[in-house]
Amino acid sequence: MSVADAPGVHDPSGRGSAFSGATGGTSESVVEPLVFERSRPGRRAVRFPAASERARAAAIGQPVVPEFARRAAAPGLPELSELELLRHYNRLAHLNQAIDLNFYPLGSCTMKYNPKVNEWAAALPGLADSHPFDPEPLAQGSLELMWLLAELLEDISGFCAVSLQPAAGAHGELTGMLMTRAFHRDNGEGEQRRKVLVPDSAHGTNPATATMVGYETVTIPSNQRGGIDLGALRGALGPDVAALMITNPSTLGIFEDQIDQVVAAVREAGAIAYMDGANLNAILGRFRPGAAGFDVMHFNLHKTFSTPHGGGGPGAGPVGVGERLEPYLPAPIPVLAEGDPAEVRANAWAGRSTPGARFALDADRPRSIGKVRSCHGNFGMFVRAYTYIRSNGGPGLRTISEDAVLAANYLRVRLRDAYDLPYDRPNKHEVVFSGRRQKREHGVSTLDIAKAVLDHGMHPPTIYFPLIVEEAMLIEPTETESLETLDRFVSVMHDIAGQVAADPDSVRRAPVTTPVGRLDEAAAARRPDLRWAHDGDEETASPA
Amino acid sequence: MSYPDDAVYSREHEWVRADGDLATVGITSFAADELGDIVYVELPEVGSVLTQFATFGVIESVKAVSDLYAPVSGNVVEVNDALRDAPELLNSDPFGEGWILRVELSDPGQLDTLLSAAAYAAETN
Repeated sequence: MSVADAPGVHDPSGRGSAFSGATGGTSESVVEPLVFERSRPGRRAVRFPAASERARAAAIGQPVVPEFARRAAAPGLPELSELELLRHYNRLAHLNQAIDLNFYPLGSCTMKYNPKVNEWAAALPGLADSHPFDPEPLAQGSLELMWLLAELLEDISGFCAVSLQPAAGAHGELTGMLMTRAFHRDNGEGEQRRKVLVPDSAHGTNPATATMVGYETVTIPSNQRGGIDLGALRGALGPDVAALMITNPSTLGIFEDQIDQVVAAVREAGAIAYMDGANLNAILGRFRPGAAGFDVMHFNLHKTFSTPHGGGGPGAGPVGVGERLEPYLPAPIPVLAEGDPAEVRANAWAGRSTPGARFALDADRPRSIGKVRSCHGNFGMFVRAYTYIRSNGGPGLRTISEDAVLAANYLRVRLRDAYDLPYDRPNKHEVVFSGRRQKREHGVSTLDIAKAVLDHGMHPPTIYFPLIVEEAMLIEPTETESLETLDRFVSVMHDIAGQVAADPDSVRRAPVTTPVGRLDEAAAARRPDLRWAHDGDEETASPA
Repeated sequence: MSYPDDAVYSREHEWVRADGDLATVGITSFAADELGDIVYVELPEVGSVLTQFATFGVIESVKAVSDLYAPVSGNVVEVNDALRDAPELLNSDPFGEGWILRVELSDPGQLDTLLSAAAYAAETN
């Protein structure tokens, strides 16, 4: 039995006996020393063999690192055995809240399970050992995979072209807005169109992206149903507007049911319609933004398409575009240089390569905004996302969204008597509650409630986001959880609501079963101490 | 909650205390409490120009990052440098040591468009 299956009486954290009773509740205790503190001089995880005669001979006469560029002393790296290293990182992994251990309903993040078949595919030597600088004749398999993934993403989204380069969602947004700027400049309207409209229910990265590209952002309010205020949008649109950036479904988990009118109004005003695709997990097989008239959208492979999310990922934020922005896509683009696309696709779906087909990188794109990422992007993520899409297929992807939406609606209905529900209407993949009643009546904040969730061995929902909901709790269960897990979460949230009323102090003290209790988040942000100093270092410097 | 009577208030939770053409601006205790522990504040330069109801800075707490909205228009003549090293002053003494900046009012009439302490208290209740 895994530790995740054993949330025993004495160990409600579910982490197993290795961590029970270690430190519960105090923030000073060290539950796992730093890897540097475990270090002992001379210990090694790997011992390299001496260089062979042949290698020595080959090195003779080769350039060497010049004296001035060499270290005077070896770097102070930790020295551990392989077993110590393994245990250290395994322990840290188990101290963490992770989707592979526990329920992780972190709203707006789509922390879905990452199927292990993705890892099998990414580890295939032909893909894993390929190099981004391989010449095209040696990189045909990798290029084919990228071409096929772009084709699949086009099918899913209804866009006519995709760039895989952007390394994350916000990077995809930046790419989209750089293309928007290039488009308006080409039309002689670069100076005139200075504003980007952003609904107040959008992701925070949307206004940040617009600002980075040099635009002024204008916030469009939501209406009482949680949709965009169409009157306010029409009032704000004009010849000075470069784009609308809309997150759909929004961060309230609500699909914009006037989206056709929104897109029509934006296009009529000569502006670009940008859709933030972070919430695509709600609408696979149901809504194709490109076909609905959007000009550009980024995908989050690390959300919708089950590549690792968190812990550095790395992410991948491909961008799809319609005809207006297609000329501006980042170059180069993997293309099928020789061969029939339909035949190549049919063969690929049947697990075959196509004799005579040749893939290439098309860099001859004169109006491109240029490269936005070194090499091809985060290629390992392309392999995983491709595997996910292929292993589910079209009907499977549609079922994924249906299940994600069903799970979130189930939680909405099961929890609405315990917590305030500011927008009580069918939602998509996530649902936002408010802890305002608990705060007003018992002085228990949403932060306290989130900490209490940790005591039940689950990751808390996103809190205090979206900003337009007071004491917000944004819950996104994703499609990968069983009914039993959802029911257990419901029962945990009901228990906590009861505890808030009966013994609010105990909730304010939570968590007490985790390796460390309440941490001083304010001090951590105001005076971060990020460096460990060796004995003999002058100080434990912290960047003030 | 009650608020000092010698200031006027914006719906974006800033206060203004005017002395002739000079005014001091800060955030209210309501805003500070809602934000929670404030960890960073981005201040405008001395000499920059504020426009009423436009953003002039950013405030970051452990909960959220929020824009600061100018309650009045004018030239910034002084900023509270102490906030750079001790943003917690915004939590501990928002109407005193946690003041944010002083501004030379370009239109003192704007003060009349803001809320009294009692009206602001009613708004935030």
